[in-house]
Amino acid sequence: MYRLHGLGMSYNGTPVLRDVTLRFSEPQLIALVGPNGAGKSTLLGILAGLRPQYSGSCLYRDRELRRWPRRAFAREVSFVPQTVRIEFPFTAEQVVLMGRTPHAGGLFESPADWQAVDEAMRLTDTLAFRHRDFRSLSGGERQLVLLASALAQQPRVLLLDEPTTFLDLRHQIAIYRLLADLRRQGLLVIAATHDLNLAAAYADRVVALRAGRIIADAPPDQVLHPAVIRELFDVETRTAQGPRGRPWILYGE
Amino acid sequence: MASKLPPPRALLLASLALLAAALLLPLVGPARVDLARAFARLSPDYEILFITRLPRVLLALLAGGTLAAAGALFQALLRDALATPYTLGVSSGASLGAVLAISLGAQQVLGLPAVWAAAFLGAATVLTLVVAIASEGRRMSSFTLLLAGVTVNSICLALILLLQYLAGFAQSIAIVRWLMGGIEAVSYTTLAALTAAVLPVVAWICWKAREWNLLAVGEEWAAARGVDSHRLLRAGYLAGSFITGSVTALTGPIGFVGLIVPHALRLKVGADHRLLIPCSFLVGAPFLALCDTLARTALAPTEIPVGIITAMLGGPFFIWLLRSRRRSLWL
Repeated sequence: MYRLHGLGMSYNGTPVLRDVTLRFSEPQLIALVGPNGAGKSTLLGILAGLRPQYSGSCLYRDRELRRWPRRAFAREVSFVPQTVRIEFPFTAEQVVLMGRTPHAGGLFESPADWQAVDEAMRLTDTLAFRHRDFRSLSGGERQLVLLASALAQQPRVLLLDEPTTFLDLRHQIAIYRLLADLRRQGLLVIAATHDLNLAAAYADRVVALRAGRIIADAPPDQVLHPAVIRELFDVETRTAQGPRGRPWILYGE
Repeated sequence: MASKLPPPRALLLASLALLAAALLLPLVGPARVDLARAFARLSPDYEILFITRLPRVLLALLAGGTLAAAGALFQALLRDALATPYTLGVSSGASLGAVLAISLGAQQVLGLPAVWAAAFLGAATVLTLVVAIASEGRRMSSFTLLLAGVTVNSICLALILLLQYLAGFAQSIAIVRWLMGGIEAVSYTTLAALTAAVLPVVAWICWKAREWNLLAVGEEWAAARGVDSHRLLRAGYLAGSFITGSVTALTGPIGFVGLIVPHALRLKVGADHRLLIPCSFLVGAPFLALCDTLARTALAPTEIPVGIITAMLGGPFFIWLLRSRRRSLWL
């Protein structure tokens, strides 16, 4: 679906992403890992069509990202930011409904819009607070509502920026289970994350970035290896056997 | 959320308030009007009702609705609960134009009162200037828009002070009076022209309400949902400024309506701009008309500038509204 070639990006002359060449061609759950400032969010922003000033080439379904009409692209790809600050008393449901904008004609919702919203809120376990003010929700609840809004967009590709930062253990696992489910339904899911163990347990493929470059791109057991982790984070780790034969990373003195 | 009004009822109540204001407020005043005589075109009832009071009430309705709708729009565009239609300099541009016309002693331009024409030109100049400063190529963000608007606003205010300082005594009083804002009886032709300029733009703003919802959350949020946020931001700024400038040219700056009405309504109908913007128009209109009726009757025959009434009536009402929902998360 995506083909990236020689992709780069600079902010005010400082390169943050250099010569990224990648392909995402099938439904997969991909974890994007790397230290702070490695360029994960920038890469997600480019893939989401939000940073059109990139250099090199980034094709989605064989069309350069800049050339995609916005509305059509928003029906293909949705993006979940880490957090959003809202000044006004929108309810959780209204925030989710905003995801229907690229599908909607006119001012009001169609039955299909409501169906998509109900489904998205059911999947993310947010129905219980659908009529509450978004600002009154906890960090974790907000994150689930943002995910629901992106799901209501009914995309083929779901991009997430650290989707589990504010979530408790139960919801962290629930979200990765949901992402794995979506992938089985044919979605391409790309999540930037700092949680290496969740990435190891659920991702099909891990892309590791450091200083704006790709340094590894392979299944979790190869990327989440002590040598690669040392190169990425300058931290010593050991690997144990995790659930379902996946690696489990141990760290700390 | 039990105290939130369902949309149909909110729209109905707001429309009824507007209708009641349009029908009843022209009857209020120091002189009693005999309706039968007025409709029979008998003097002076006819003149009092149809030449003096009705156009004034209609202008107040149009101005109040416009300012409240523009306030709701600017709060969304800037994601700032304290934004008003005047934050981005439109009214000080209009004021600068008006003050210049008063200082030069100009009377008429193209058959229009010079002050109106100059005020409208001033608003248009500021609007163009702010867009030019805030755009980087084809891009524009609410942050650059806010900075450009606030800066141009300060420059206009400084120029107004300078002109006022240099003006003679009589002109100086005329300037101060204009800067206080006020509703006056205008001709039906003027009203028709203002309505024709403003209402289609208000309708467009209502039509785009879904997109204002997205911008009220964030520019990336809107872009990720298929909206060209730079273009929309610019279009929204131009539309809101155009209607504000048109009204301000006739009335001068009238504070508080554009701030308080949208806020009070958010408490009652929620944040969805599809409901908030039409309700702001429908409620802002009778609110200003009521304030103006008080302005012309409270100390009759002396008139109080209507801006003083909007703040004195609107402020305490809003505090009461806030206190009555203390446990809500308004701030």
